Amino acid sequence: MQVLLSAQQLKLTIKRLAFQLLENDDDLNNIVFVGIQPRGVFISEKIMEAVAEIYKEGPIHYGLLDITFYRDDIREELHMPKETTLVHSIEGKKVILIDDVLYTGRTIRAALDALQDFGRPQKVELCVLVNRRFNRELPIQPDFFGIAIDTTSSQKVKVNLEQSEVVLY
Amino acid sequence: MQLSTKHLLGIKDLLPSDISLILSTAQQFKDVLQRPIKKVPSLRDITIVNLFYENSTRTRMSFELAEKRLSADTINFAASGSSVSKGETLLDTVNNILSMKVDMVVMRHSASGAPHFLSKHLPNTSIINAGDGINEHPTQALLDAFSVIEQLGSLEGKKIVLIGDIMHSRVALSNIYLLKKMGAEVMLSGPPTLMPKYIQEAFEVKVEYNLKKALAWCDVANVLRIQLERQNQVLFSSLREYNRAFGVTGKLLNELEKKIVIMHPGPINRGVEIDSEAADSKQSVILKQVENGVAVRMAVLYLLSGKKELNN
Repeated sequence: MQVLLSAQQLKLTIKRLAFQLLENDDDLNNIVFVGIQPRGVFISEKIMEAVAEIYKEGPIHYGLLDITFYRDDIREELHMPKETTLVHSIEGKKVILIDDVLYTGRTIRAALDALQDFGRPQKVELCVLVNRRFNRELPIQPDFFGIAIDTTSSQKVKVNLEQSEVVLY
Repeated sequence: MQLSTKHLLGIKDLLPSDISLILSTAQQFKDVLQRPIKKVPSLRDITIVNLFYENSTRTRMSFELAEKRLSADTINFAASGSSVSKGETLLDTVNNILSMKVDMVVMRHSASGAPHFLSKHLPNTSIINAGDGINEHPTQALLDAFSVIEQLGSLEGKKIVLIGDIMHSRVALSNIYLLKKMGAEVMLSGPPTLMPKYIQEAFEVKVEYNLKKALAWCDVANVLRIQLERQNQVLFSSLREYNRAFGVTGKLLNELEKKIVIMHPGPINRGVEIDSEAADSKQSVILKQVENGVAVRMAVLYLLSGKKELNN
């Protein structure tokens, strides 16, 4: 087991991501942040906390999106659907998807499909904590990421919620 | 995450964990149904035949809508106007339909056990019972349970009375199985002639022939339809007499000390088992049951479609 980000590093990375997200847009009125269920919840909430510390000018639009019904591997395995809390209209808005690890790209593909059912966003961007660069199965790349790593498919990356650290094993 | 069964033939065969899984999945589908686009692509590779050997409005429309909301392809079959009138057997009809590459069968039949018979002959197809004779109507019981939980938060320890024609009601039997499995208290009320003998012993349920007492006891009253088409002998003297003794009325509800939830699986015989004041009151969740029916059936179809063997 190898620690990729310690608790302290994770804190700093999240803060940096929050600054990067705000750097591009100083008005958050036209932005909807979307955390992807279930594993993007922890990291997106942390990023939202960090954004809220910096941005005081108005409300921040944030919701969770469950992509279970849009997966392409339904016939192999059923996953338990989780709550979707996306209440803001995304029509004409910029959507920033937030997830923990970008690996094959299939979750993000499903999320893009799911987003369509909530309206037509002006633009969609992707923010992930860990960008696993090898073994991508779809042409999807992150706009913002915490760390980039090169791994083999037998390895696993995990965001450890209790200790707030990212490990590779 | 999987159901323990490949078919939904009855609540009898389900584990409590299966029931919880269906109900929690249904909650997510209910959320989907509130969105501007009420459709998900989960079942776009699945073809479903709706095989209705008996009349139905709600259940059939509800299943069809659920299938369409899941992006499945659907075929509808009604016994009237089909080759059944030319003498084709049930198994032949279904085999013919399945050779057109159908993955799931939703079936209603007037003979109890018809879907169980089919499931033995068609091991690779998921069969969903949409009501078989006087046996079971599992999706109705599931949507009733979903509606109770929506109103009261849970089923555990809740007091539910089923009123009316218990003997001929598949809704009643499925409800009894489900409520007992989920830890609710069940009471049955209705004319003694419509109450199966030994039901008390078989299911550990209460039986109360006094409607007023039954209503005073319960949190939820599920009023069943008097099934005139399933009675080949006179079991009560007149509809008016039935209404006097077992009709749930607005007046009766107003006399109670608490507000109970009123449910009815439909179609309502207004003025027989329930009067308009009770059926249209604020306590009544009859139309919510219909709304929840689509979400619950989506959950059942979704969870059964996931079985791998389907594609082999």
